[in-house]
Amino acid sequence: MITIQKYVRAQTLEEAWQLNQSKRNRILGGMLWLRLGKGSINTAIDLCDLGLNTIEETEEQFSIGAMAALRDIELHEGLNAYTNGAVADSVKDIVGVQFRNMATVGGSIWGRFGFSDVLTVFLALDTYVELYKGGIVPLEQFAKMKKDNDILVRLIVKKTPCKVVYSAMRNQRTDLPVLACAVSCMNGEYRASIGARPARATLIRGDKAEGFAAFVAENAPTESNIRGSAAYRTHLIRVLVERSMNELGGM
Amino acid sequence: MEHKEYKSINKSVRKKDSMQLLLGKPVYTDDVTPKDALVVKILRSPHANAMVESINTAAAKKVPGVVDIYTWEDVPQTRFAIAGQTFPEPSPYDRLIIDRHVRFAGDVVAIIAAETEKAALKAMKLIKVKYEILEAVLDFRTAKDNPVLVHPEDDWFPPCQVGGDPKRNLVASDDEIHGDVEGILAECDIVLERTYHTKAFNQAMMEPFTAYASFDRYGRLHVISSTQIVFHTRRILSRALGIPKSKIRVEKPRIGGGFGAKQTAVCDVYPAFVAMKTGRPAMVTYTREESQIAGSPRHEMEITVKLGATKEGKIRVMDLYTLSNTGAYGEHGPTTVGLSGHKAIPLYTGSLEAHRFHYDVVYTNRQAAGAYRGYGATQGIFAVESIVSELAEQLGMDATAIRDMNMIKEGMVMPAYYNEIASACALDRCMEHCRRMFNWEERSKVRDMGNGKVRTAGVAMGMQGSCISNVDVGSATLKLSEDGTYNLIIGAADMGTGCDTILAQMVAELMDCHVDDVAVFGADTDVSPYDSGSYASSTTYITGQAVVKACAELKKRICSIAADMLGCEGEKVEFAGSVVRRIHTDQTVSLTDIAYKSQVNNTTPAESTATHTSPVSPPPYMVGMVEIELDKRTGKVEILDYMAVVDCGIPINPNLARIQTEGGIVQGIGHTLIENVTYDRKGRPAEASFMQYKVPTRQDMGRLHVEFEHSYEPTGPFGAKSIGEIVINTPAPAIAHAIYRATGKWFRELPITPEQIAMSLID
Amino acid sequence: MEIKLKLNGKNILASVEADTVLLDFLRDKGCLSVKRGCDTSNCGLCTVLMDGKPILSCSTLAVRADGHEIHTLEGLQEEASDFVGFIADQGADQCGFCNPGLVMNTIALLRENPDPTDDEIRAYLAGNLCRCSGYDGQLRGIRNYLNSRKA
Repeated sequence: MITIQKYVRAQTLEEAWQLNQSKRNRILGGMLWLRLGKGSINTAIDLCDLGLNTIEETEEQFSIGAMAALRDIELHEGLNAYTNGAVADSVKDIVGVQFRNMATVGGSIWGRFGFSDVLTVFLALDTYVELYKGGIVPLEQFAKMKKDNDILVRLIVKKTPCKVVYSAMRNQRTDLPVLACAVSCMNGEYRASIGARPARATLIRGDKAEGFAAFVAENAPTESNIRGSAAYRTHLIRVLVERSMNELGGM
Repeated sequence: MEHKEYKSINKSVRKKDSMQLLLGKPVYTDDVTPKDALVVKILRSPHANAMVESINTAAAKKVPGVVDIYTWEDVPQTRFAIAGQTFPEPSPYDRLIIDRHVRFAGDVVAIIAAETEKAALKAMKLIKVKYEILEAVLDFRTAKDNPVLVHPEDDWFPPCQVGGDPKRNLVASDDEIHGDVEGILAECDIVLERTYHTKAFNQAMMEPFTAYASFDRYGRLHVISSTQIVFHTRRILSRALGIPKSKIRVEKPRIGGGFGAKQTAVCDVYPAFVAMKTGRPAMVTYTREESQIAGSPRHEMEITVKLGATKEGKIRVMDLYTLSNTGAYGEHGPTTVGLSGHKAIPLYTGSLEAHRFHYDVVYTNRQAAGAYRGYGATQGIFAVESIVSELAEQLGMDATAIRDMNMIKEGMVMPAYYNEIASACALDRCMEHCRRMFNWEERSKVRDMGNGKVRTAGVAMGMQGSCISNVDVGSATLKLSEDGTYNLIIGAADMGTGCDTILAQMVAELMDCHVDDVAVFGADTDVSPYDSGSYASSTTYITGQAVVKACAELKKRICSIAADMLGCEGEKVEFAGSVVRRIHTDQTVSLTDIAYKSQVNNTTPAESTATHTSPVSPPPYMVGMVEIELDKRTGKVEILDYMAVVDCGIPINPNLARIQTEGGIVQGIGHTLIENVTYDRKGRPAEASFMQYKVPTRQDMGRLHVEFEHSYEPTGPFGAKSIGEIVINTPAPAIAHAIYRATGKWFRELPITPEQIAMSLID
Repeated sequence: MEIKLKLNGKNILASVEADTVLLDFLRDKGCLSVKRGCDTSNCGLCTVLMDGKPILSCSTLAVRADGHEIHTLEGLQEEASDFVGFIADQGADQCGFCNPGLVMNTIALLRENPDPTDDEIRAYLAGNLCRCSGYDGQLRGIRNYLNSRKA
C-alpha cells in the first residue's frame, strides 16, 4: 500500500491548491484506488472540511460537490428523477454500499479511470466540471485532458431536457464493467458514452437513431484486457447501444 | 425411507460457537495470539523459474525494527512436503523452507522478521536479488518429458511409490483397466470422445493463511495455526525444522474457512522457523494476494473421456484419461487425480461393462496445487456428467431419463471404486425427487423470453467419498464432569462446518443428555486424541463413529462405578441418562454422584477414548438441477434457480447439511461462470486479488433449494455418510448442460464466460 | 498525529501515523471483531459505521476518523443480538469470519430501511462476501427476524 508522511485537512481551496503543486502531495478522494498504489505521498490533502460533500439542485442545474459520495448520487431524488434513474443504475453495482459511501464523485471523475461507470453516465448528460484554477470546463473536454495539479471542485449537470439510459455488462455482479454504456437523446442529438473500453469513456454523437448502434461500435475504439477482448467489447457496444436506443424510443 | 425418531440426531440445533461468531468475539488466530510477535514477511520470486544467483540483505537488515532476514543459505537442507496426509505421504518430499531454485512466480526467496509490518515491508524493498532466469514449463500439456525439469535435484524423495519420476516432470502416473474396453468400444453404436478443462480455482476462504509460533513454558515450540490438520502439521514441522515431534505442539483456534486450502501447511513453517532462529514469538498472515498466488488451489486438469453406448442410451464403456497439473510442488498431486476417475466413473455402474482410468500428474512452474473441496472428483464429474449429457442430447433423449437407465443403484458392486458395494444409495430417489420438485419436464424446455433471452435447464449427478478408506483415523475422548455433563475432545477441525456441534449431537443422543451438556474442545496435539484431521469428507463418518464407540465405552465405565456405589454387579445396572438404575428396582445414583465418586478412591476412569477407521468409504450422492436465463447477445448467464437433492445417509443436523450444500453449490457456480485463472506471459497470475478473482456475491447465485433423500449406511454413525465435498460437484456440468440447451454449443472449459458464449453465437 | 474520536460511545484521544488505516487502528484498540479479508476494498469484512454509515475500515485512514464517531460490533452488541440468533438458527454463521462485517452492514440496512424486501437485502449486502454459506441461509435468518418483528 501507498505510504503517507503527513495528512492535512485543507481549510481553503487555495491552501489545498498550494499544497497540491508539489508532485509528492496528493488530494484524497475516497482513498479506494489511491491506497492500492505502491508509491509514497508526502502530504495527503483532505478536502473534507470544505463543504464539498453536498448536492445542490436549482431550476437550471445540479451542483455536485467533489466530496459527495457515490451513494449520495445513487439516492438523490432530483438527480434520479431527471435521469429516470440512470445515475442510480450507473453506480448501484459498484462493489457494495460501504464502498459507495466512501468513493467520491470527485475522485471518480478526476481519476478518469477507464472502468468508471460514473464518468460514463455523466458524459452522456450536459455536464461540466468546475476546476479551482481552470474554471468551468465541459466534462467531454475534461475527460480528454491530462491530469494536472488543479483541483476538481464540483460537477455541474445542466437540466437540459434529455432522456438517458444506462447499462453495463459485468462478468460478476459487483465487478468492474466489461463495458459501460450510457445513451442519451438531447437537443435532437443522440449521444453514446462508452466506458470500460477499457480505456476512459468516450462520447460518440449521432443525429439519427437508425444505424446509431453500428456507428458507435465503429467509432469507439476498444482494447483487450483481463475482463474481455476488443472484439467482444465492440460486439457489446452494438448490443447495449441498440437496446438502449430501443428503451429510449419507448420513453 | 423411514427412520427411527431420535432426540438429538437429525435435529437442527445451533452451532455451538454461533453466537460467539455472530457477535464478533475474538476467536481466530490473529485475535488470540499476543500482539508483540515478530511480523514475518516473505520476499517472493517474480520469475516462474530461476536460480538465485546472489542475494544481498545487508541494506535491508539495517532498517530499524528488522530483526533478521533469512535466505536459502540459512535453512535446513532436508526436503519435505507440506500436504496434510497420513504418513507415509503419497506427496513427494520436494520442498525446502527456502530453495535457491525458485519454481513459480511467488516462490519464497527470503524470510523477513521484523518488529512491525512497516519495517518488514521497507526491508523487503531493499533486498537485492540477482536471478538467473531459466526457461519455465508453463503449459501442463507440454510438461511430461519436457527437457526443462521443474525438479532436477537429486534429493527429491517419494515416501510412496506412485509412478512419479522427476526426470520426466512426472509426480504420479497409473493405468487401470476393468473389462474389455477396446472390444466393447468397437461394438458400441455410438462412441463419443471429448476433452474437458478445468483451472486452478482458489478456495478464497475469507480468513487468509495465518500461523503463530512461540516457545512455551517448557521450551517447546507452540504453534497456533488456522489449520485443518494439527497432527500432520506437527509432523511436517518436525521434519522441516529438524526437531523432535515431542518438542512441538500445534493448536487451532476457530478457523475462518478452509475448503481444503488449510489441509496443507502452507505458511506454518515460516513463523516456526523464525521463532526457532530468534527465540521470539513470530506470526505470519498472508495478504490476499499471497493467498491467491502462493496458496494451494485446485489442480488444473484436462480430462479426455471416451464413452461407448447403445443407440438406446445404455452406457457400456468409459475410458477416462486425466492430465493433472500439480504446479511447482507435488502436494496432493498423486491423490487428487485418483478421484477424477474413481468418483466419477462409478456413477454409471448401473450399466458399465468395462472401464479404463489412466492418468499423469505433472510438474509445471505454476503455483503448487493442493486440496480443494471435491479433490479431483469435481473435475472428473464435470467431464463425465458433461459427456453423458452430450450423449443424451445427441440421441435425442431426456438427460434425466438416460441417467435413470444407467446410474448406480443400491447394492451394486462398483468395479471403478475399489469394488466397494453401494450399501446405501438413494441416487435414483434423489433424481425422482429433484425432477418433481424442480418440475424438470417444463423447465428444461427451451423458452424464448424475447430480446435475445432464453430460459432452460440442465442436470447433473454427483458423488464423493466419506473418508480415505483404510487410512483415515478419527478419535474422540469423552469425559464425565462433576455436574453430570460431558467434555468431548477431538482432533478433527471444525472450520465453520459445524463438526463440533454434530459430534456433540451424537454424544447427546447416546448419553441421553442435552446437546448443551456436551462441551467440545478441538484441536490441540497436546490434548486431543489422534485424528488425521478434517478433510476427505471424513469427520462425520470417521470421527463420528469414534464418538459412538467412546460413548459406548464410557457408559460401561459409568455403570461400573455406579454398580460399586449400588453394591451390585456391573451387569445389574442400566444407564438411564441422568442416572444409573439398578435393574428391576427403584434404586438409582445420579450422574453427578457418580462423577464425584469417580474422583474419590477410584480406579475406573470416568472417561474414554476411542478410535475408528474404515475399510470402506461410502459415497454420498446428489442430483442438481439448474434453471438459467441466458442472454444470447451479451452471453450473460443468470442463475434463476438451483435445486438439489442429496443422499448423505442421514443428515445429523439438517440445517448444517443444507448450508453445506448451499455453500458448495455457490462455490461451484463461481467456478463455472465467474472465477477465472489466467497468467501473463512470464507465468505470473493475473487474478491475484479479490478485485480480479471474483467469487459470487449474493446477487450472482439465484435461488437455492435443497432437500434430502435418506439412506442408511450401515458403517456410518446413525447411518450417516458425508456431505462436505459432494455439494460442489454438480454445478459445472449442470450449468454447462443448460447453456448447451440454450445455445446449441457445448463449453468444455471452465469458467464459461459471457464472452465465450456471446462470441460463439455471432453468425 | 493526534486524533480525537468517539469509539463505541467513548471519547478517545490517540496518536496515529498519517497512513495508519482505521482497520489496524481499531484492532489495536481491542476491536478485534474488525477483520481483514482482502486488501482491495472488495470483501466487506472490515465494515464499521462512521457517523452511522457503513464504510470499509481497510480503506479509511485513521486520521479521517478525527472528529467522527465510529462504531464496531463491540459497541453494538445489543442491537446485533436482536437478530443474529435468527442467522444462528439457520446455521448460516459457518466459519464466522465474515460475520462481523455482515452484521454491521445489516444493522446499517435495518436502520435505513426497517422493512426491506429480499431483493433490497441482497442489494444492500452485496458488498459482503461469504464463501461458506451460499448466502441464502443468511437471508432466511434476516427474513425470519423481520417476520418475527411483524408478528
